[in-house]
Amino acid sequence: MFRKIIITALSIFLLTFNVNAGSDGELVLKKNEPAEIKDCFENLNRATFAFNQALDGVIFKPVASAYRVLPSPVRSGVSNSLDNLSNLVTIPNNILQGDFKKAGINSGRFVINTTIGILGFIDVAQHIGLPNYEKEDYGQSLAKFGIGPGCYIVLPVLGPSTVRDAAGSLVSVMGGDAWYNVTVKNDTQYFSDIDYYSSRVTSGVDFRAKNYDSLNNLEKNSLDFYASVKSLYLQDRQQKILNTNKIIDTQNDSDWEEIDN
Amino acid sequence: MKKSKLIYIFFIYFISLTNSYSIEPSQFVQSTVDRASKLLSNSVSKDDKIKKLKIIAKETVDIKGIGFYTLGSTRKTLDKNQKQEYLILFEKYFLKSFSSRLSEWTNPEINVISQNTINKKYTIVNSVLKGTNERPEVKIDWRIYTKDPDNPLIRDVIIEGLSLARTQKEEFSSIINSNDGNIEALFKVLEEFSKN
Repeated sequence: MFRKIIITALSIFLLTFNVNAGSDGELVLKKNEPAEIKDCFENLNRATFAFNQALDGVIFKPVASAYRVLPSPVRSGVSNSLDNLSNLVTIPNNILQGDFKKAGINSGRFVINTTIGILGFIDVAQHIGLPNYEKEDYGQSLAKFGIGPGCYIVLPVLGPSTVRDAAGSLVSVMGGDAWYNVTVKNDTQYFSDIDYYSSRVTSGVDFRAKNYDSLNNLEKNSLDFYASVKSLYLQDRQQKILNTNKIIDTQNDSDWEEIDN
Repeated sequence: MKKSKLIYIFFIYFISLTNSYSIEPSQFVQSTVDRASKLLSNSVSKDDKIKKLKIIAKETVDIKGIGFYTLGSTRKTLDKNQKQEYLILFEKYFLKSFSSRLSEWTNPEINVISQNTINKKYTIVNSVLKGTNERPEVKIDWRIYTKDPDNPLIRDVIIEGLSLARTQKEEFSSIINSNDGNIEALFKVLEEFSKN
């Protein structure tokens, strides 16, 4: 109970600093513009980033390297299962964002893949023609409600985030994630805490394995790896919030326009 | 009659002359990636690949334009000598970073699927990097500078919506800001990267 009060108080505190009126596309775009997001705790963030990098070198990188040796169908099966579980956060967020059609499609996807697809291991939904799956989370929904990102932060182990997105993650553990509810929050006879935490760790390893070469390459060729990761994370979040594959930069060409040879 | 025929011939000749070297941005990207892909599939040494990739980059990428873009607002504060020094350092850094990133790829198959003209100066070319067992399919967009249609140049590569030029711009900005706006700090970092 005490934990719940702390989490609720922390969420309210974090969001109070970020609430802004307005939620039309242009405003959302502007608010989530990577260059506009302040790195208020840069020294602390850089220290946490260095800690995460050390942790990555000792744990995630070697495990991801071993994971990559597994046959491709096994890896894609694991990845599919994790995506399927993430539907439990995506569906309520589809509803929160007023996208009822996607909520319906994703519910269908979850039922089909969990049953016929053997606990999500096979993405049957895609084979029968359902549209590509796009994850949604509470951070994205808060952004759609017009809440600004706040400062950029680097969380220990979890990595890059913003104040708003971190608050969004707290919503998941306050009852917003059905998978967390049946594993950690409530004592059911079918699942235990370990199921939830192992799925989260596997998700981290899966992400690291998928981006193994690109992250190594980025680190090797970056002048400031911290700044590169920050930029890529914030660009990616901006894309996800707007649910667009458009090149966002083209909406503000002024900087390019000035450069003429 | 003869005079009008002559004018007509001159007109056709003039039109064909002005368009003879014009190339569609999508064709330009496809031919560039095919060149790079062919080179990366060849069984030549890594050093050789890097050398040849640098030649391709010099011919097809607007290194000067990207260099100024990545400086952001700082470019307005530089004097002529600093600009010259920066462009020399940036070109060395860019070619090393670009060729090093690409030389580790083997047999990348990129297919251009469409193009979208933004204005007279810019066209975005959309392409897809074919997936393999090791990596999923990746969307790659190219910002092509078309001010001179006869000589289109690449100004940005956008992988799955993430702009490399923009990332580099924010990286440079971070270095300059953490050194109290001193451009010399960036020059030093660029120089060190190119030396190592």
